[in-house]
Amino acid sequence: MFILEKRPTPSRFWMAATPILAVILTMIAGGLMFAILGKDPFVAIRTIFWDPLFDPQFASYSRPQLLVKAGPLILIAIGLSLGFRAGIWNIGAEGQYIMGAIFGAAAGLAFYPSENRLIFPLMVAAGAFGGWVWAMIPAILRTRFRTNEILVSLLLVYVAQSLLASMALGALRSPDGGGFPGSRNLSQWATSANPELIVGTGMHWGVVTAFIAVIASYILLQRHILGFQIRLAGEAPRAARFAGVNPNRLVVLCLGVSGALAGLAGLFEVTGPAGQISIDFNSGYGFTAIIVAFLGRLNPIGILLAGLLMALTYIGGELAQFMLGLPSAAIQAFQGMLLFFLLAVDMLGNYRIRLGFGRAA
Amino acid sequence: MRRRSLLAGAALGLGLTLAGTAMAQDKTKACFVYVGPIGDGGWTYQHHQGLLAVQEAFGDKVETAYQENVPEGADAERVLTQMALSGCDIIFTTSFGYMDATNAVAAKFPDVKFEHATGYKREHPNVATYNARFYEGRAVMGTIAGRMTKSNKIGYIASFPIPEVIQGINASYIHAKKVNPDVTISVVWAYTWFDPAKEADAAKALIEQGVDVILSHTDSTAPLAELAKTPGTIGFGQASDMAEYKPSPRVSSIIDNWAPYYIKRVGAVIDGTWEQADAWEGIAGGEVEIGEITEAVPAEVKAEAEAMRDAIAAGSYHPFTGPLNKQDGTPWLAEGETASDGDLLGMDFYVEGIEGDIPK
Repeated sequence: MFILEKRPTPSRFWMAATPILAVILTMIAGGLMFAILGKDPFVAIRTIFWDPLFDPQFASYSRPQLLVKAGPLILIAIGLSLGFRAGIWNIGAEGQYIMGAIFGAAAGLAFYPSENRLIFPLMVAAGAFGGWVWAMIPAILRTRFRTNEILVSLLLVYVAQSLLASMALGALRSPDGGGFPGSRNLSQWATSANPELIVGTGMHWGVVTAFIAVIASYILLQRHILGFQIRLAGEAPRAARFAGVNPNRLVVLCLGVSGALAGLAGLFEVTGPAGQISIDFNSGYGFTAIIVAFLGRLNPIGILLAGLLMALTYIGGELAQFMLGLPSAAIQAFQGMLLFFLLAVDMLGNYRIRLGFGRAA
Repeated sequence: MRRRSLLAGAALGLGLTLAGTAMAQDKTKACFVYVGPIGDGGWTYQHHQGLLAVQEAFGDKVETAYQENVPEGADAERVLTQMALSGCDIIFTTSFGYMDATNAVAAKFPDVKFEHATGYKREHPNVATYNARFYEGRAVMGTIAGRMTKSNKIGYIASFPIPEVIQGINASYIHAKKVNPDVTISVVWAYTWFDPAKEADAAKALIEQGVDVILSHTDSTAPLAELAKTPGTIGFGQASDMAEYKPSPRVSSIIDNWAPYYIKRVGAVIDGTWEQADAWEGIAGGEVEIGEITEAVPAEVKAEAEAMRDAIAAGSYHPFTGPLNKQDGTPWLAEGETASDGDLLGMDFYVEGIEGDIPK
């Protein structure tokens, strides 16, 4: 039989190879599923992974869209990864994302329709503040009353969703909308718009911020004492305490940073691709970012790649649904397989598989 | 030498392009974007029936494609762009929330026709909107509901507080009240078009309050499934016939029949006669159908409901005919006056007698 043997130290080779192995395994299992559904598995896999990047008909549009879709995922995941490394579990990024969008949009709409260059920076600040405030609730409850931040942050998502609905129907509803829910379109108002910075690249301020966050987080974790403290607190909490790390300060800091980044992601989304505050403005980025953070092994560069890969499966998946008539459930199952295989082969980094014939204990 | 091969290459390229256009013109491609799964048994299912009808009507002349479960918001814009890039000639976007995305993509693809269901923005000449007068069907369902309720409590599972939904609530209540002055209506806002679990919860909550007739403006069959568990309660098929719940709890239904409109519009693209329009047909135009009224309904109630359906179809009766007051008692329609389309499209108030507030 197979025997799992723990490696003395995690294998560097397998740490790097497992994501690739997982993608290959997903292609095989997914291909089988597509074949059972009566579609050519090779065409389906090509449509998902290749066409968005290289197909002459779509690539010029979908390649930039990759950045648009990956931007918020990366931005949120970077923030979450700091906390996750320190053992601080912010599960409510979705709510912080919503609050960022609401605060930012409200700050901008208060000045509608004036045209002032300072309004957009103000909105950005308000967006970050909104996310930060929403994350401070679980932070303060944890540091003051030892409440569990997983539950508090998660439940606050539902509060944020209700607030979002009431904003779309009430305070922020467009007066020109004929009674229909939804705010004014922020991407069509030059002052608040967050357009592509260079046409045809998909690069908007949110994507730029995501890249900056990747670099900043890399430097923080590698070079800064705070990054060391974060890693220490997660890997050896007792040692961290002896080393003088203040756990409460770390909680407030990690939740604050992840909240602010999620708020920024929401603000850039509402002023750019989404355009308006609507009842169902949030589309799950906050939750998907948790997966991206782990997919990227909580490493900034890894998160960057994981965000792009997730975006590719979304965009390629949409293309496959449409071009091949695959049901959307099949695409979701395919994405699920990718995550499953990633987690499953992750074990190879820490364990060695041996064939155990004739070595009965 | 080099120049010649360049020219040859250019000629070849041109030839290919021309061949490509000719091929594209051969077949008209009609594409559909759905907010739910095609198996929802309601709203999206009916739109998909429309797609199938288009395919059947034109056969080899059209090619159809669709994408289901497309979220309203940023993702919709990408899906629409990809459709336009793939060579769709006409794209039907079948949910209210696709409104801004539809107009934004239409600006980039002036040669592609866009048809947005239930919206009101037509910012470019290649965007048309279409809707159906569902409130006409509600008037018929309201009549049945008013006659059938024993507890005098009617429940309404509403999706979003937009005019189309408020029209339905008002039309149902007015006509239930007309045949049963003791009737009250409870509205539950689900804030979703399609979420079977939420819809079932809403139905459960209503039944617990003593409601025995439920109307819904959400897309799934979950409310009927919930009613089926409680003897003595009834409901109606919404958007689709939902015939599997016949003869009770589903005693009748409002069926959205998009096929005639889709066939007409795709036909117009094929003929080159497509023009921007704002279509709003009802029972008379065949877009709203009343599903079979089952034997669970007494014959005289059935006859009364069918008479109302026929009167609306003939144009001799308008479901919003005065005297009608708004909820706060201010007069809305005088005796004999009928509501204008403008009033209906901006409807943001309950009529007098309905309790509770429209969420703001």
